[in-house]
Amino acid sequence: MKLIRDVRFLRVLAQVVFLGLVLLFGYWIYNNVASKGVVVDFSFLERTAGFTVSDAIPHQRDDSNLQLFFVGVVNTLRVIVIGIILASILGLIAGIARLSKNWLINKIAAVYVETIRNTPLLVQLFFWYIAVFLQLPVVREAIQLPGEIILSQRGLIFPRPYGLESWEMWSVFLLEGLLVGLFVFIMRRRHLRKIERPGFPLLWGLGAFAAIAIITWFILPSSPVGLEFAEFRGFNYRGGLQLTPEFAALLFGLVIYTGAFIAEIVRAGIQSVSKGQREASGSLGLGPLQTLRLVILPQALRVIVPPLTSQYLNLAKNSSLASATGYKDLFGVSQTIRENTGREIEIILMIAGSYLILSLATSLFMNWYNRKIKLVER
Amino acid sequence: MRIGVLRWLKENLFSSVFNSLLTILAAILIVWFLVPTVNWAVLDATWSGGPEACAGAQQEAISSEIERGACWAVIPYNMKRLMSGSYPVDQTSRIWISLILFVGLFGLSSGLFGGLWRMAAAVVGGASVLILLFPFSAVTRAWIVAIPIALLFTVIVGHLLRRSKIAKRVLIFLWLLSPIALGIILSGFSGSELLPAISTRQWGGLFLNFIIAVVGITASFPLGVLLALGRRSKLVVVRTVCVLYIETIRGMPLIAIIVIALIMLRLFLPGTWDVDDLIRVMVAFTLFTAAYIAENVRGGLQSIPKGQEEAAHALGLSTFYTMAFIVMPQALRAVIPANVGQFISLLKDTSLVFFAALLDILSIGLNILNEPQWPGPNKEMLIFVALSFWIFAYFMSYMSRKLEKSLGVGER
Repeated sequence: MKLIRDVRFLRVLAQVVFLGLVLLFGYWIYNNVASKGVVVDFSFLERTAGFTVSDAIPHQRDDSNLQLFFVGVVNTLRVIVIGIILASILGLIAGIARLSKNWLINKIAAVYVETIRNTPLLVQLFFWYIAVFLQLPVVREAIQLPGEIILSQRGLIFPRPYGLESWEMWSVFLLEGLLVGLFVFIMRRRHLRKIERPGFPLLWGLGAFAAIAIITWFILPSSPVGLEFAEFRGFNYRGGLQLTPEFAALLFGLVIYTGAFIAEIVRAGIQSVSKGQREASGSLGLGPLQTLRLVILPQALRVIVPPLTSQYLNLAKNSSLASATGYKDLFGVSQTIRENTGREIEIILMIAGSYLILSLATSLFMNWYNRKIKLVER
Repeated sequence: MRIGVLRWLKENLFSSVFNSLLTILAAILIVWFLVPTVNWAVLDATWSGGPEACAGAQQEAISSEIERGACWAVIPYNMKRLMSGSYPVDQTSRIWISLILFVGLFGLSSGLFGGLWRMAAAVVGGASVLILLFPFSAVTRAWIVAIPIALLFTVIVGHLLRRSKIAKRVLIFLWLLSPIALGIILSGFSGSELLPAISTRQWGGLFLNFIIAVVGITASFPLGVLLALGRRSKLVVVRTVCVLYIETIRGMPLIAIIVIALIMLRLFLPGTWDVDDLIRVMVAFTLFTAAYIAENVRGGLQSIPKGQEEAAHALGLSTFYTMAFIVMPQALRAVIPANVGQFISLLKDTSLVFFAALLDILSIGLNILNEPQWPGPNKEMLIFVALSFWIFAYFMSYMSRKLEKSLGVGER
């Protein structure tokens, strides 16, 4: 057969041509960049940064650029981890509320979801920062919530737990408690599987752990953990767990925004389980809680987990909007470094690389979880 | 079956002890939250006038020791800036003309194709008539009136031509041509008297958000489809390049891509080419959205049973024909909800041009918010900006739901 008529030859030819075009394009770009005298050089990372970031892990002005970048990364991770946990809880509650037969609760959740989902996140972040957190009263007239939580223009202050003398001993007991709890969990689960009955092995394990924790707390001569309350000294509160308005605004904005999307996902997931399942399990004699745990939830989770992954990734990526509230995250810090050193391509590579690693890590974890719960088909 | 009020209350709000408690708690929370909000937003608010009106209201509030009401007057006072930025005032007719052309195309589509286009046209027509009720100047009102008139006219023309196949082809061609035409009308030529040049730096306000969204949607769709096909290609090189592109773009936040596009398009192009900021931003949005569209379309393609392709091949259709006429239409129809969701996100994300120093409605709103002539930082401004986005986003998601229902997506 003539070569030009052979599909395999045409395929290879097409790929060669395509690759050629891509390489040519790459070479043209390289030429353009080189002709401007721009070189890729990462040595600026060791130079002194010359700036600090408020509201971050302890560091100094003369730390290197790389260390400052790392501070930014830690800031981003803080927001992401706390944000994912809180958004999931909020989304779960709102999603279930959307399914409630109580008309008022249903409509409140609907208004929440429809308002938040259709408004840009950036606008919401500015709103939280400018219209809410900056409008809190001055420190002298701060709002005091029960439990010694203080809200003021300078931020939110919560009481902070810290370790006392017997903390080391207690932490050893806690570790042992953890092992005992794990053991109890495994044994109970094995027993339940043997007698083929549903139960709550996780509760047994947690209960054992909690029992050991509480008993050893009281055995010890003094409390291992104390609560540090903020005290008004001079012009400001000192001590306690302090959240700046920048961080708080970013966190609230992200959690409420992502929570609305998660609510819709949870609602869709639970609705995807056909009504017949509920009826069938009822006719088998399972109570409402058992039905929920053993029949509805596993099926709903299969539908919920993939879009939930996307939402977690979105939250991670949306954390880059932190500069709207003045919180210095990885993106904000890299912009400052870029302005200071003028190294653009290297910074781009670092930003892109960090976000890609972040996304990849989250995706990998969620895909592992997804594989565990998905339908096993032939 | 009509249920009496008491029975409805019992079933929906007080059906059990737990529910009753919830209802009471929710009602208390609502009243606690809603009453001061309504007071602030409606009863004590200043609706028109200038900075003096609001300053006056502020003085009154301070002297009577109550909270001042909302200062909504800031919105009509700054309306032109919010809608079109620093576009020269005497040239705003061009924006109106573009809008009317757009509405005209919309009306033609509604008449020619019917169905949901008709419902969308009705909503647009109704909305424009409603907007007439707001306090606008006579000139603005004249332009607003032109919208339903143009709509009606083109709907009738479209309806009359509805059987003509040529008309439909011409319409599709006009749609494809529209971005170019709009671009020319809006930015003009230097030295021309009819259409003097207006730099894109002066485009701003909600108009800017729309332009970016429209261009982004139109350009990202074909690119996304191509990427999806490339990702499924049997050619290893093509597939690798597409996968790398999609996964890289999807792993990064949009703001990073905007900043990267701003920097890279300056570095990567030869020194003599200069692309202005707006184009770079549009490129960034297009590239970003295309990756997500590609994933959606890939999902759609995967949902088509292989039997379709096999049957088409058995009938003698080449790969291109099966793709174009059998597989793609079904795949695209299946992913309409996902794609519309992506376009809604795109519209909302146009607010991110704040970080590219472009003056969209959010940036202008923030500037106005900080102006010293108005009392206090102006949250009313932020609420208005949020509302402008909300209206369009809600409208689009409503149309998407109606579209899903009419196409029977997810039911077969």
